[in-house]
Amino acid sequence: MSEILDNFDLVLRAFWLTIQLAVLSGIASMVLGTLLVAMRIGPVAVLRGIATTYVTLLRNTPLLIIFIFIFIAAPDLGWFVHTPFLVKGVIAVTLYTSAFVCESLRAGVNAVPLGQAEAARAIGMTFGQNLRHVVLPQAFRASVPPLASTLIAMTKNTSVAAVFGLMEATARMRWFTNRYTDDTITIFIVFAIGYIILVEVLSLGSFGLERRWKAAR
Amino acid sequence: MTTVLFDAPGPRTRARHRLYTVVTAVAIVAAVVGFIAYLNSKGALAYHLWEPFVTPQYVRALLVDGLLKTLEMAFASVLFAIVFGVVFGVGKLSDHAWLRWICLLVVEFFRAVPVLLLMIFVFFYWGITHDEFGRLGSVVIALTLYNGAVLAEVFRAGIQAVQKGQAEAAYAIGLRKTQVMTSILLPQAVKIMLPALISQCVVAVKDTSLGMYVAAPGLTFVGKQIYNQFHNQFQTAIVMAALYIAVNLLLTLAATWAQRRLVGEKKPLDVGMTAISTAGAETQRSTV
Repeated sequence: MSEILDNFDLVLRAFWLTIQLAVLSGIASMVLGTLLVAMRIGPVAVLRGIATTYVTLLRNTPLLIIFIFIFIAAPDLGWFVHTPFLVKGVIAVTLYTSAFVCESLRAGVNAVPLGQAEAARAIGMTFGQNLRHVVLPQAFRASVPPLASTLIAMTKNTSVAAVFGLMEATARMRWFTNRYTDDTITIFIVFAIGYIILVEVLSLGSFGLERRWKAAR
Repeated sequence: MTTVLFDAPGPRTRARHRLYTVVTAVAIVAAVVGFIAYLNSKGALAYHLWEPFVTPQYVRALLVDGLLKTLEMAFASVLFAIVFGVVFGVGKLSDHAWLRWICLLVVEFFRAVPVLLLMIFVFFYWGITHDEFGRLGSVVIALTLYNGAVLAEVFRAGIQAVQKGQAEAAYAIGLRKTQVMTSILLPQAVKIMLPALISQCVVAVKDTSLGMYVAAPGLTFVGKQIYNQFHNQFQTAIVMAALYIAVNLLLTLAATWAQRRLVGEKKPLDVGMTAISTAGAETQRSTV
């Protein structure tokens, strides 16, 4: 028990890296996911095809395999050799999560009443204007619950980075369990509580956003 | 929805879209050709790097020691997870508040903790002293706890999605609450939640790949041995990804089929990631 409390700064530093990974990948996958959904619901068939293929492939590949591509296969071909681990981790998590963000946003777009897009067209808006001013702002609101689920899953998924040498929370737990074999349960509970706090903060945040935006409608 | 976002294209727009299509198609072809040429220049297409994947001995290792083990672990953990899910899902609907709270806490705990964290804990707490069975067991136990917790939510939502009149009618003809649950609600709920259950199998299959971290057998473990031996990291990663994608696409097809066949036009069953977000989640289920 005392070992983990004596080294509590290590626990906090590990969770700080987890938070960095989660925030950076979260922002990047929101951007990439929005681009993908615009391609996926747009009028150009080739772009639709690209986005659909991307989503299908990335959704069905385990995140670990994507990490293998970025951390092990790419350097073998001479890519990302000197890239910092944090950046590589963010790239891997983003490639995977953006496919799910795209799906969550698509669900949100489908939830926008038909009349909204029709009215926008009726006053002469183009597809781009329609998306930017009418459909996507409403779609983002409708997407809050599925997006929150996606981002929560992403936060937990940053743990895969542990396999590839990033000293984030999961890797740190392994370090502790390796060192203090008598205290496995305490160590596990401490790290589990850390993750639960992160997840519940996200969950509460999305709940608050959802309520606030519902009232604004 | 997608068709109401833009006007039916006129002749000029169609011409413009044709231009986009041609430009993008040319760009894609150029990118693919360029990438292949690039790989070739790096020597990544050399026969000796791909040779293991056409050598019967290694193909057998990949498929039998790799893919089959992976599928076995996924299958076992989904089976156990269903049991776990039924127990805790029904428990969350119990009439006794204390039982509801215990089930809620257990389910929330295992849903919020990363599978890898669970797996490492189970491995160091129990698996490390049990050789190969311990490593394999750690993966199965961790996946069972996580997927079981998710399925508990699916079962709860499925049972609550059965029309109210069904339970009321069953009580009216004098069935007791256990009978209502086992002979009226659960059989109908199974139909509603089967698609969600199959989607969860995709998650289980993908998560077995994490077994690599505790040296459990499976596709990623065999893959790691192959690329350590032949130094063909890129090629092995491609083959592993292709195998996983093939299996998961088959499962997704099965889920879509089950959805059409059993549930019809109604929305797929959805549950959020935590008790708080479940309240608001009504849209498409994401299988992260």
